[in-house]
Amino acid sequence: MAIEVRDVNKSFGTTPVLHDVSLDVAAGSLTALLGPSGGGKSTLLRVIAGLERPDTGTVRISGVDATRLSPQRRNVGFVFQHYAAFKHLTVFRNVAFGLEIRKRPKAEIRKRVMELLELVHLEKLADRYPSQLSGGQRQRMALARALAVEPQVLLLDEPFGALDAQVRKELRTWLRRLHDEVHVTTVFVTHDQEEAIEVADTIVVLAGGEVVQAGSPGEVYDNPANPFVMRFLGPVTEIGGSLVRPHDIEISPGPVEGGSPAVVSRVVRLGFEVRVEVKVGGHDAWVQVTREQADRLGLGPGDTIHLRPVPGARSLALAL
Amino acid sequence: MTREVTAITVRPARRLAGGTAAGLGVAVIYLSLIVLIPLAAVVWRSADQGPGYFWRSVTTPDAWAALTLTIGASALVALINLVMGTAIAWVLVRDRFPGRRVLDTIIDLPFALPTIVAGLVLLALYGPQSPLGINLAYSRAGVVLALMFVTLPFVVRTVQPVLLELDTEMEQAAASLGAGPFQTFRRVILPNLVPAMLSGTALAFTRAISEFGSTVLISGNLPFKTQVAAVNIFSQIEGDNTTGAAAISTVLLVVALVALVSLDVLQRWGRRRG
Ligand SMILES: Nc1ncnc2c1ncn2[C@@H]1O[C@H](COP(=O)(O)OP(=O)(O)O)[C@@H](O)[C@H]1O
Ligand SMILES: [Mg+2]
Repeated sequence: MAIEVRDVNKSFGTTPVLHDVSLDVAAGSLTALLGPSGGGKSTLLRVIAGLERPDTGTVRISGVDATRLSPQRRNVGFVFQHYAAFKHLTVFRNVAFGLEIRKRPKAEIRKRVMELLELVHLEKLADRYPSQLSGGQRQRMALARALAVEPQVLLLDEPFGALDAQVRKELRTWLRRLHDEVHVTTVFVTHDQEEAIEVADTIVVLAGGEVVQAGSPGEVYDNPANPFVMRFLGPVTEIGGSLVRPHDIEISPGPVEGGSPAVVSRVVRLGFEVRVEVKVGGHDAWVQVTREQADRLGLGPGDTIHLRPVPGARSLALAL
Repeated sequence: MTREVTAITVRPARRLAGGTAAGLGVAVIYLSLIVLIPLAAVVWRSADQGPGYFWRSVTTPDAWAALTLTIGASALVALINLVMGTAIAWVLVRDRFPGRRVLDTIIDLPFALPTIVAGLVLLALYGPQSPLGINLAYSRAGVVLALMFVTLPFVVRTVQPVLLELDTEMEQAAASLGAGPFQTFRRVILPNLVPAMLSGTALAFTRAISEFGSTVLISGNLPFKTQVAAVNIFSQIEGDNTTGAAAISTVLLVVALVALVSLDVLQRWGRRRG
């Protein structure tokens, strides 16, 4: 394991922020730390980096107990949400910083920095100052800076959080590809489930200072540990006292075994998807079908239909 | 990506239109009335009786002694301020201790106090009847002390806001890249503070060379020993030698200008080297 966190507790003053958090990150993996804002994601990441000291518990990095090590000695790359660029240094010197601290020969530094700048597509901007870069460029510079020292693990705290939607999407795919090239064990924090599912190979859901679930994106999406995770990971609707994904529901015109009768209240066409809003058992729910299915069923407001989860669909009973 | 970059470089060029031109005009007129014209008058006056007279006025033994003392003491005081002012700003921003707010307010006292009162207080504390047993009256040390007192706020108040705004995540980034506390200070914090430190120092220096009130009492005003340039200028005016007074003033002006310009150049040079 590249990172092993065991029973970490952390409070700020009297506010508990992390509660008995344990976490394993496999070497070479790309792990997303996913959860709602205020759930303790940043704090956990900072505990791993040594920027925050846990009250109790241990952190091991590459098998070595790092709990008492200063950040300086952990050899961990950290990328901050707001870049934390060295404003007084050029892009080149920013990336070279860790190597200069390590007193590497000038020629070697130059070669390595230029390689990294190429990797993050900033080779033409090496002489710029951070203030002359766009947000996305700054963040790629920060990433190159963290990678320069060949860290054992790379930690990114909402790396794309401050960027607009378009750039965010681009950088996501780019991070995934970068990881496939560099293979460094990476943990990134996000509150965006789509980002986590798209980029990560492992998702750890953190909420209220506790690890709620960990697994591959497929596992977490399809087998959520509880209603909270199910809601957080994707769209849900409630049918017959259970939470179901709206695309996991079968619509039949007539009664079927295990089906619940429902009345269509509205049909919304969103391009390829069609959203069928229904009343079932006295409350509102919705079903997502393809346009083709909707056309075949010929649904309109007032129609009575029967709903049941598709075979193999995961549903969670809601305690009342 | 290239498009964003051009947008950044184009913006400042468009600015100098309409409102900006008017603002610039007002600023220039104001500066001329308040600063440039009076200063030009001083320089003009100093040249009244030719360069020979100018040179002789400046190099009379008492004027020369006053000038060298003033410039030397001011340079020393500026250096002390550079170090101590930065240290005080650091403590005020980064340390938490009881009485921090009080200290923060006290820093401005030298600005608030009429300088002659400051001189009185200093004489009472560090004069012949010093309750602390430290007698600096009528000595050059007394001059330096008075100058230190009146120039204290400059570096503190220029460095403090920069330090407050300094992104602490930059320091955390440096630490995670392997920098120790000293390296982080030298490579990350200090370079970000240097411009403010230098401009505070320049202000302190220029204020010190023109100081009158606070030095006049504690220095005892002894020609050749403790008389500062401003006091010397005053005695020239009393002796009806206004051209001589203007000449010495002009020298102070040039020294101040050279100090301001060279610190500015130093800053640009430092910025280029990173
Ligand atoms: N330095 C701090 N001092 C006090 N409270 C903090 C500090 N850092 C975080 N917290 C609190 O800890 C909780 C978790 O914060 P954080 O780890 O930043 O969550 P997330 O990154 O998941 O949004 C929040 O309630 C936050 O207010
Ligand atoms: Mg956070």
